Amino acid sequence: MSLFLKFLVAAVAAGTPLLFGTVGEILNEKVGHLNLGVEGMMALGACAGFMTAYLTDSLALALLASFAAGVLASLIYAVLTVTFLANQNVAGLTLTIFGTGLSNFIGVYMISRSAEGTLKLPAKVTASLAAVHIPGLSDAPVVGELLFSYNVFVYLGVAVALAAGWYLYGTKTGLNVQAIGENPGAADAASIPVNKFKYINLLLGGGICGIGGAYCSMIINGGVWLSDSVGGLGWIAVALVIFAAWKPQLAILGSFVFGGLRVLKYYVPTGAVPIAFFDMLPFLMTALVLIVTSMRGSKGSHIPASLGVNYFREDR
Amino acid sequence: MNQNKTTSREPLFHVVKRPERSGRQMLLFRLGAVALSILAGGLFILAIGYNPIEIYGTILNGAFRSKIAVQSTIKITIPLCISALGATLAFKMKFWNIGGEGQIIMGGVFATYFALFHADWPHLPLMIVCFLAGLIGGGVWGLIPALFKVKWNTNETLLTLMLNYIALYIISWLQNGPWRDPAANGFPKIAAFAKNAVLGKVLGVQAGWIVMLVFTVLVWVYLKFTKQGYEVAVVGESQDTARYAGIHVKKVILRTMFLSGAIGGVCGMLQACGTDATLSTGIAGGVGFTAIIVAWLCQLNPGMILVVSFLFGVLEKGSGVVQSSYGLSTDCAAVLQGIILFFILASEFFVRYAFAGRSSAKGGKKA
Repeated sequence: MSLFLKFLVAAVAAGTPLLFGTVGEILNEKVGHLNLGVEGMMALGACAGFMTAYLTDSLALALLASFAAGVLASLIYAVLTVTFLANQNVAGLTLTIFGTGLSNFIGVYMISRSAEGTLKLPAKVTASLAAVHIPGLSDAPVVGELLFSYNVFVYLGVAVALAAGWYLYGTKTGLNVQAIGENPGAADAASIPVNKFKYINLLLGGGICGIGGAYCSMIINGGVWLSDSVGGLGWIAVALVIFAAWKPQLAILGSFVFGGLRVLKYYVPTGAVPIAFFDMLPFLMTALVLIVTSMRGSKGSHIPASLGVNYFREDR
Repeated sequence: MNQNKTTSREPLFHVVKRPERSGRQMLLFRLGAVALSILAGGLFILAIGYNPIEIYGTILNGAFRSKIAVQSTIKITIPLCISALGATLAFKMKFWNIGGEGQIIMGGVFATYFALFHADWPHLPLMIVCFLAGLIGGGVWGLIPALFKVKWNTNETLLTLMLNYIALYIISWLQNGPWRDPAANGFPKIAAFAKNAVLGKVLGVQAGWIVMLVFTVLVWVYLKFTKQGYEVAVVGESQDTARYAGIHVKKVILRTMFLSGAIGGVCGMLQACGTDATLSTGIAGGVGFTAIIVAWLCQLNPGMILVVSFLFGVLEKGSGVVQSSYGLSTDCAAVLQGIILFFILASEFFVRYAFAGRSSAKGGKKA
């Protein structure tokens, strides 16, 4: 039982960066933009967050910086695809290559400037990244460990996902936004400001991805800067959007399940199944979900109808 | 316009299509974009406290300073160019095959089987078998998303993306399990190929460069002069038109994706048997993604792809030298590539569209 509990807690921790990436990408895809730059936006958020924490010793500033970096990165994408009508796949991929490249580049540059030859987060930030202790609740048996033993990122992630779910599915604005993803021409005709909401969603989504990146650089490697700390999580997030059927609330469940898949190999008897199979599992499952939903046709699929297609008003 | 409350209000400017520019003008636009991106990259270098002219000079000098440097620049060019040619076939059909990585990997895996376990075969037949195995491996991996696309209209962008990682972990499984080198002291890796199973060198560079040149011509001829190539273009422009013209759309999609994947697979074979002389998880190493950028940058023109792949090779080789002489990371190649493509993507807009001011003479006219 206690091993199982440990597994669940580890799954939540491993799933948190995915949760940020997924919610960010859902916001993007809901306005019809398949942004393949998640990995790059997370990498830039990782870099900005870590470096700010390293230089200022403040978690709040680090979070703010990672959000801002994600927003700036997605601004490039938004200008290219919304205003300049550039191909979304190419713009997104370029953002990923650019973002991971720049993030690693700055990392190496900062290391070469540091006295110790490595970058380690200062004490105050490290302390604020430890599990949040809520008196009473955190000490409760089982429940305390399962629900109240996480660092601040985990709670922030769940809160962001719930807020995004409420925004998309619970407000009138959100319904308008969804209309853009389904049929931008019709949304435009209904006097919904298409491009404005595209920008809002893309930038907001980028910022959220950036925070997810900060988790990768600040927590996964124990507070030491390593290149490629995002390491493909952004791509899993793109996959998770499908798994979560474009619903932020489902993304919470989905990312913890995928987090579980990522740590599963540490909790099963070794030798039974090759480890590579566990690493493959998230991608295999997503591929299956993708195929099954497409087999069910338009009824079963929640994919926004205009996904990947830019909107040019005169082509209506 | 978009405000239906007050009909007189118009946005400050809006986007209109413009008559197509001439080929010369388009070239000028792209060159302008490249010039701007070099300028932007220079500002970036300046911002981190280095002299941009010096750094750019080191990149160029680093890629060309010696025979060995040029040879390794070409070695970087080979996979990029071949993989971009593969992507070109799919993109021409507007099939978003971003599975280049996976197709390279599967080509490498299939070829490696023969290189590892049939190294005793005579060299030339073995290389031909490896080549064909790579071709089929990549082709099959490209065919899978195409099958689902024609059968159930499964989103190919996302499926090819997933297949990249599935392929990656197949290598990881092979090197940890069935193909693990027992002589590597417990380190999980696949043994280096026997000398007989390694592709020979021609003029000091692995023979893949000849394949690269041949494929460049073949893809150009295929797209420009053959019936099949024409079908690819028609399906890409409009599937309805293609169907109306009696083209068997599903067959074209399957065939083209097999070819697109097969070219990627050959790239994988050349990497495994030529450059690396083994199979590792780093066989593709992002080339499949960069190749997409190259293909797009070149407007799917095979000749341009050859040239731009070489320039990207220069950038990467040169960045390696910048790393050793200035301590800056090789990632500066990726940053510069990104900046170049951002500018090119933006410049394409001005080739096809224009901003029209409020109530200007152009405003009401549709191009």
